[in-house]
Amino acid sequence: MPGVAMTVNGKAVSGDVETRTLLVHFLRENLRLTGTHVGCDTSQCGACVVHVNGKAVKACTMLAVQAEGAQVTTIEGLAKDGKLHPVQAAFKEHHGLQCGFCTPGMIMTAVDMIRRIPDLDETTIRQQLEGNLCRCTGYQNIVKAIKAAADETKGALA
Amino acid sequence: MSAPIIGSAVRRKEDHRFITGQGRYTDDINRPGQAHAYFLRSPHAHAKIRSIDASEARAAKGVVAVFTGADFARDKLGGLICGWMITSKDGTPMKAGAHPALAVDTVRYVGDHVAIVIADTYAIAKDAAELVRVEYTELPSVTEPSKAQSAGAPQIHTEAPRNTIYQWELGNKAETEAAFKKAAHTVKLNVTNNRLIPNAMEPRAAVGEYDDGTSGYTLYTTSQNPHVARLVMSAFIGIAPEHKLRVVAPDVGGGFGSKIFIYAEEVVCTWAAKKVKRPVKWTAERSESFLSDAHGRDHVTSAELALDGDARITGFRVKTIANLGAYMSTFSSSVPTYLYGTLLSGQYDIPAIYCEVDAVYTNTAPVDAYRGAGRPEATFIVERIVEEAARQLKIDSAEFRRKNFVRSFPHQTPVIMNYDAGDYDASLDKALGLADYKNFPARKAEAKSRGKLRGIGFSTYIEACGLAPSAAVASLGAGVGLWESAEVRVTPTGGVEVFTGAHSHGQGHETTFAQVVAGRLGIPIENVEIVHGDTASVQFGMGTYGSRTSVGMTAISRALDKIEAKAKRIAAHVLEAAHADIVFENGEFKVAGTDRKLAFHEVALQAYLGHKFPTSEIEPGLKESAFHDPTNFTFPAGCHICEVEIDPETGVTKIVQFTAVDDFGNIINPMIVEGQVQGGIAQGIGQALHEHGVYDTESGQLVTGSYMDYTMPRADDLPDYKLGFTVTPCPSNPLGVKGCGEAGAIASPPAVINAVTDALGIKEFDMPATPARVWAAIQRTRAAAE
Repeated sequence: MPGVAMTVNGKAVSGDVETRTLLVHFLRENLRLTGTHVGCDTSQCGACVVHVNGKAVKACTMLAVQAEGAQVTTIEGLAKDGKLHPVQAAFKEHHGLQCGFCTPGMIMTAVDMIRRIPDLDETTIRQQLEGNLCRCTGYQNIVKAIKAAADETKGALA
Repeated sequence: MSAPIIGSAVRRKEDHRFITGQGRYTDDINRPGQAHAYFLRSPHAHAKIRSIDASEARAAKGVVAVFTGADFARDKLGGLICGWMITSKDGTPMKAGAHPALAVDTVRYVGDHVAIVIADTYAIAKDAAELVRVEYTELPSVTEPSKAQSAGAPQIHTEAPRNTIYQWELGNKAETEAAFKKAAHTVKLNVTNNRLIPNAMEPRAAVGEYDDGTSGYTLYTTSQNPHVARLVMSAFIGIAPEHKLRVVAPDVGGGFGSKIFIYAEEVVCTWAAKKVKRPVKWTAERSESFLSDAHGRDHVTSAELALDGDARITGFRVKTIANLGAYMSTFSSSVPTYLYGTLLSGQYDIPAIYCEVDAVYTNTAPVDAYRGAGRPEATFIVERIVEEAARQLKIDSAEFRRKNFVRSFPHQTPVIMNYDAGDYDASLDKALGLADYKNFPARKAEAKSRGKLRGIGFSTYIEACGLAPSAAVASLGAGVGLWESAEVRVTPTGGVEVFTGAHSHGQGHETTFAQVVAGRLGIPIENVEIVHGDTASVQFGMGTYGSRTSVGMTAISRALDKIEAKAKRIAAHVLEAAHADIVFENGEFKVAGTDRKLAFHEVALQAYLGHKFPTSEIEPGLKESAFHDPTNFTFPAGCHICEVEIDPETGVTKIVQFTAVDDFGNIINPMIVEGQVQGGIAQGIGQALHEHGVYDTESGQLVTGSYMDYTMPRADDLPDYKLGFTVTPCPSNPLGVKGCGEAGAIASPPAVINAVTDALGIKEFDMPATPARVWAAIQRTRAAAE
């Protein structure tokens, strides 16, 4: 089995994996970072979105070995020094989650969206969520949460 | 003084773990030494199993075991059950075939369970499953409910001739026939209620474990009702006595009904854990969820409405064929009967109703309760035919409904239900205002100028939830009581732990239940902990479905009554006052008319010290429990109004406005209630416009087996909703609350389809209104006009 090494949430990690191991399974099974979820097997639900080298990636579309040397951030690494990321806080404030299963992927997608697109409006947010499925909320409060976080941070998210 | 906590939009206590990735779902649980399971499933819709040769798979490196139906049967275990007995109109009990957890000699749908392969890793188990040689003799299959009873249809279970499980009736047949004889006008409508695949975002999962030291089993599973799972697995399947089986349903990622049922996989993993002496873990891939989660709806119905010369509804008759799939799932029989026929009166005063339902087997995944369960089907047929009647009589849709509303309560319908309270005019009026109904003609004209077809549709719905009075459901065939339990433990420092038999999988119970407790005891909500989902800590419970949180909340409320009563007795002794003089307000026990008082936490401490009251009369400690059996269903009702615009060139339907006014009685947390409504409407719009579970009628293969084929509503498919509320408190529980979880999914589909048919100017249209189907309907209309 090949070895793989990367930085996850600021920490150097490594492990031996079968070549076919997906990044999401490496995170969940090897590192026990179970905040990143698997909701489908066709790369559509977006429950597994993480950041790889600063970009949102569905961790089920990528082999663990492809992330060799990468900087990976998962939902567990988003809050800093015990302070919630503004997007996390906005999801709570605006009731942007119910069962919580799609939430990590939604939040990671939202952080990426806010970084990429200045002046997000509701229509754009809805279009940008094309790769994330939620069955509980009907999306209305997710959209509201992302809009609020975007307005609050005014594109200043690091 | 801050606002009362009950009724406030308190932010959710459970959110922190979910937004930081610290939720603990079943697949997040890993037990020491665990092995992984893969289920080999039938590739055929209907076949005899001639032989299974697993020798090569068993010999593969890393494989722990392969078990088949023969192994399971050898341990003399029972099969999966349906817990609700329905009696046919000829007096015979329903005709249910066996439902083995692993197929024995026949497979009956694509995805049926043939073998479990257990290995050191999931990848090895999945690879090894390809080495299991199964020889099948394929049989013809039937997937459509309308074909299942045909003379030449393949027979799926020998116990059910012509695939007919039961032929059930409800209502007053003779009066209904008389009403039609006298009718000034009748309206007929044929309706198909499309098959839906629930798709909770968390796939089902199970980890079974056996401890030889205690001879106890533990099952971690994605369940809405862990105690019922334990009961069924003990009493009917025989895995272990109840006290030797612990079932834990940790964080559960959505249910919508699909996680009520006891499925083969969790049973087999638990059983296999003892056989292989290792914990056995299984998590569904999404394609397995599509194949094997219980599906929803799938009815074909013909209905007829009788009206007098004054446009009053005098009679209603309905004939439905309900597809229950290849096996009867846990509560499947109740869905197209007592959760369906009983709602056929809608909000209307209809003197005569007669309903007939044939339930049939087909070679499809089992069909059971899915958000709303029976009530969406009833509401769809009622609100579609009422709309059609208004159109045929050329009466305004709102006014026609208003003319027929029930206005005096309690109201006994001809189909069992006794509506206790409601104000249907109030919700209709409020919705008409929010939707700006009076200016709809101008909006329609403006849309027309842009080449768009604009339509409006109403749904003035009622539903019955808060399931349910135990004796009442027992008389209707239920195998369980539908009370709920609660235990309230006050700690010596005044913290409160609440153990509830309800289960939260998105509903926010950890917040709303805590609001009820904090509001009642006058303590900070942070001091309240809600515990649920583990048979080792909660004594018993019926779980969460059927918007029955009102039952669980009332159980808590009753336990709090007892806590308050005991605390008052203790406070009286400590304050050296007469018991009758003790009042409890704002979290303080006071001696009326004096300044002597004790805070709640002070009384809690005294309860555990036992120093200042006679322990021969009052037991030390502060812990009470209650089992609450509701005296009636609760009856949420309201009005949903949908406006669509259809592009006749593409057939694309856009919801341009959606208004929902609901009466849920008193509301504990408006933020959470709005969230429930939004989510419910999204699923209803999904049914009306997007979702359709389709089997190939020749091969019986599931055509819509992934997110590439089954259209889940996405963010840009849905609008923002205009929500409003009216309040008639529920008279049958002390909190005055009604269920709110299903109303959106129940009310919205007919509103959408009434809008679509209004825009298109057509009578009948089957869901989902996809662009292709809408475009085809437009072409048919144009061709007919030429």
